[in-house]
Amino acid sequence: MTGVDFDEISCAGVSRHFGRRHAVSRVSFDAPRGTILGLLGPNGAGKSTLLAILATLLRASAGEVRYGRFDASAGPSLRARIGVLGHDLFLYPELTAFENLALFAGLYGVPGRGARARAALDSAGLADRADDPVSSLSRGMRQRVALERALIHAPRLALLDEPFTGLDDASTAALVARLGSLREGGAIVVLATHDLDVAEGLLDHAIFLREGRVVEALARPGGLRSTYRSVMGR
Amino acid sequence: MLRAIWLILRKDLTVEFRSREIATTTVFFAVSCVLAFAFALVREGQAPEDGAAGILWIAIMFAGNLALGRTFERERQAETLRALMLVPAPRPAVYLGKLAGIVLLLAATEVLLVPLVALLFQAGLLARPFWLVGVVAAGTIGFATVGTLFAAMLVRARSRDVLLPVLLYPVTVPVIIAGVRATAALAQPDVDLGIVQFWLALLVAFDVVFLTLALWTFEPVMTE
Repeated sequence: MTGVDFDEISCAGVSRHFGRRHAVSRVSFDAPRGTILGLLGPNGAGKSTLLAILATLLRASAGEVRYGRFDASAGPSLRARIGVLGHDLFLYPELTAFENLALFAGLYGVPGRGARARAALDSAGLADRADDPVSSLSRGMRQRVALERALIHAPRLALLDEPFTGLDDASTAALVARLGSLREGGAIVVLATHDLDVAEGLLDHAIFLREGRVVEALARPGGLRSTYRSVMGR
Repeated sequence: MLRAIWLILRKDLTVEFRSREIATTTVFFAVSCVLAFAFALVREGQAPEDGAAGILWIAIMFAGNLALGRTFERERQAETLRALMLVPAPRPAVYLGKLAGIVLLLAATEVLLVPLVALLFQAGLLARPFWLVGVVAAGTIGFATVGTLFAAMLVRARSRDVLLPVLLYPVTVPVIIAGVRATAALAQPDVDLGIVQFWLALLVAFDVVFLTLALWTFEPVMTE
């Protein structure tokens, strides 16, 4: 399934509340193709909620999210162009790494799903563990399989929640290179992370969130850690 | 859509084949339930009239509740239900894939359960096997149709283990009544097929109505 395509995503005044609690309040931003946008902020800042809204898993209580000419009502054809790496890994522990990737390749309508799954495992450096159950893999290995699952259908929009969790230095460097190649390939990458050192130099745009609100938005951000300290301390 | 249903069903069966978690607990629970009733109710080889039908359906429904809870608990642990919600198949395909898996798991339990009940309660349940298969299949599908929707809805609720039976049993009372009455009619020495047809028609109507409702409501319910 190829799905609809789009050149940018835009959020205009997006809010989401759960009862009386405002998880996201009037967040606005645009991200064109070939962009890596970082959502930075402490726990409970609304990063994961915003990712869930962008993934069409949650509806915004107010405001609008647009994917080029489309909105979330485009349904399955829009979801075919979105890849999500959640805080949880979205993998079946009883299935092997290969079976997990082949399952999701099939569900996303990727042609030659077996070959695609093998190629993804090669790319993750896990070809020799392809037939091991996911439950037997280390946290870092599972994270790498989960990333391949999120990207198995070459999405236009990649939404990554804490993608560096559990990765060693080599795997982190490989992921940074992978995100760079996604950018070169014209993908829009939105990632929520606490890892400011890794995000430094990687992001094209940074949005600092606190209590669901945008407190700072920077293009080509540098000195993330000092900016973070400064805006969160206001 | 059919491909997505098949992939989800095959995934559920593979996971179950490897863990045998749900099949084992469901079968043990159902058999224990039937044995307990048999020891309590069968006196000197005489079982109470229509007792077999009631006990068969009690075992199916309790075992079904157990299977529903565990199936969705599995999807909750690694948030894989969210992953299924994200795939570009129509969301009712996810529902149908999960439903098919639960129906097959319950059918496997029933293959063991029906002869056991017939033997312990000396009921002529197997005299009209095709009718019995129709009644049990229609009842199981009806129960699982409602149960799959409720279990998916409750997957994020903190007290889901309590809420599932509280919501499920009242709604599926027509399935229990129709299933018990049709099975009891089939267990009579002189089967009145008119009665069986009436209750079977009620079960099929229930299945159609609730399957339609579930397919209609699954997407909006699961989007939040």
